[in-house]
Amino acid sequence: MSQFAINIIFVGLSFALYFGIAIWARAGSTSEFYVAGGGVHPVVNGMATAADWMSAASFISMAGLIAASGYGASTYLMGWTGGYVLLAMLLAPYLRKFGKFTVPDFIGDRFYSKTAAMIAVVCLIIASTTYVIGQMTGAGVAFSRFLEVENTTGLLIAAVVVFFYAVLGGMKGITYTQVAQYVVLMVAYTIPAVFISLELTGNPIPGLGLFSNHIESGVPILTKLNQVVTDLGFASYTADVPNKLNMVLFTLSLMIGTAGLPHVIIRFFTVPKVADARWTAGWTLVFISLLYFTAPAVGAMARLNLIDTVYPQGVAEAPLEYDQRPDWMATWEDTGLIKYNDLNNDGRIQLYNDSGLGAAQVALNTAEADGGDVAAATAAVETARIAHDAEMDGRFANAGWAGNELDVNNDILVLANPEIANLPSWVIGLIAAGGLAAALSTAAGLLLAISSAISHDLIKRNLNPNITDKQELKYARITMGVAIVVATYLGINPPGFAAQVVALAFGIAGASLFPALMMGIFSKRINNLGAIAGMLTGLITILVYIFVFKGWFFISGTANFPDTEEYWLFGISPLSFGAVGALLNFIVAFAVSYATAPPPAHIQELVESVRSPRGAGGAIDH
Amino acid sequence: MKAHNDPSGYWRANIRLITGSLIIWALCSYGFAILLRPLLAGIKIGGTDLGFWFAQQGSIVVFIILIFFYAWRMNKLDKQYGVDEE
Repeated sequence: MSQFAINIIFVGLSFALYFGIAIWARAGSTSEFYVAGGGVHPVVNGMATAADWMSAASFISMAGLIAASGYGASTYLMGWTGGYVLLAMLLAPYLRKFGKFTVPDFIGDRFYSKTAAMIAVVCLIIASTTYVIGQMTGAGVAFSRFLEVENTTGLLIAAVVVFFYAVLGGMKGITYTQVAQYVVLMVAYTIPAVFISLELTGNPIPGLGLFSNHIESGVPILTKLNQVVTDLGFASYTADVPNKLNMVLFTLSLMIGTAGLPHVIIRFFTVPKVADARWTAGWTLVFISLLYFTAPAVGAMARLNLIDTVYPQGVAEAPLEYDQRPDWMATWEDTGLIKYNDLNNDGRIQLYNDSGLGAAQVALNTAEADGGDVAAATAAVETARIAHDAEMDGRFANAGWAGNELDVNNDILVLANPEIANLPSWVIGLIAAGGLAAALSTAAGLLLAISSAISHDLIKRNLNPNITDKQELKYARITMGVAIVVATYLGINPPGFAAQVVALAFGIAGASLFPALMMGIFSKRINNLGAIAGMLTGLITILVYIFVFKGWFFISGTANFPDTEEYWLFGISPLSFGAVGALLNFIVAFAVSYATAPPPAHIQELVESVRSPRGAGGAIDH
Repeated sequence: MKAHNDPSGYWRANIRLITGSLIIWALCSYGFAILLRPLLAGIKIGGTDLGFWFAQQGSIVVFIILIFFYAWRMNKLDKQYGVDEE
């Protein structure tokens, strides 16, 4: 049977399963649509939340990021898990007790202000829309690679599938579909990793294999990896980072961003009791960690495998001839995610740290062909060449190497893993289904957060408070449909901000939503004006800092400074600035609140009531 | 059994528990994995140092333990102060 047919079967079977669940778990009321009726068991909810959380980025990109930067990428591992500690202790139980359907619901009620709720809706829509575009494009890539359809066609198929089970089932359908998707994506991620770990270290558990000995050389696999990457002029894999302030703030920004993302928070509204909200956070992290323990092993082992493939005789010997390259390399070259450029015309593949020479050379060729600034490009090549020739005591220059010739996109490591390790074709089919499960489960969760913000917070709260439950359910379904259409359109024509998921979504959630939610629970003194001022401060701070370095509204050429460390404020990158925005949010909110009148008595009673778990059950139907 | 009607005592106990947990949370992630990594460089583990392990796996293990510990302690506190759900 051909690989294509196997992929179709795996993807088709997984989709049939999702459809079946969607029909079984139709939503009949707004409570079922928004929060699955509030009756999901914490272990089931933890599994669904884990699938909701682990996006195309976790499944496809994270191992590649780790492979590329080693220790430095630990930020993602810690940042995307540590936020659940904050959720479990600072937000989830109290918001569950509050017992409404959405994040703006709480902000609007606690700060007795429609303006505050509207700011929360705006933050939610920017963060979730940015996030959902990434999922749709991720699904499109998986479809086009494995099912050999056009990217756009792939995206449309993904949209139809999500439309079917999200619009029909709401949170109820999404939750139970996500349980199935969790199983599919975990199995798909783990199986190739187990094979590769066995092959390299003899240890069947990849997370343990990472700290085991490399069979071939007898030294620990990380020692081996450090040797080969430094021999090729790259930074040591486990080396410390110089800019610790930035690493701390980046990790903190990802953690508070995780805790403040509305599509994650609403998951905690689906359990029956406050105690279950606490357990849900724990179970979610257990299920997430199964993938997160494997990811660093996949990253390190894939990097080693790739280098072994290019240097079959070892890194001190001549690299592979291009004509001898394995089939998977040729397949991925077709997608443009692997690029080969024979700079020194020797017919071999040189993969090494060339101090930017290869890229400068390509830029010069482009400039010459398109009539660009040839003088500047030539100067850049010369600067890079001096660095290149001095590197490793002139080893690369003496060997006649003229720059790095193989450009491998980080995103393909996980998808190409089974092929790199020569695994059977059904594993590749499984990876296809797993990548799609990761993208679709997250997309559905985000679309639900967007549609509930519009139908519940905009229409029900502001425009027409008198609509019945049935009417609201209809609006929720319509907005869900519209959100899918918009997300699909933006996935096909990605706007500039689509690439800034980490900066925008996590920055806004961390700088604006997280502090407001936390202060709403932990302080009785924060009033409407303080919260509004704080949220706006956080939102504006993070947006301005991102725009200054990445271009105003992401229009290229409008950035005020280059996005490099020497221009960053105190060496803090735009990705790490969410933590600074959050700090300013806290300060401004407290200053304004203490300068103005305290919140009315009934609001202080509301805070008292969310702090105490008793009586949470009845609050859900309102 | 303590007094049933002591919401501020319950809340203080919760804040104490959160503070202690978050100190460990920060120590393992920002401490051992990042800022204090050079101090732990002498402790070797599988071809690298303990700080690297904390950064890539150890801190996640600690996070999981912290959440389950917190959930378990809070459920006991809920009962002790009589604010649990029946």
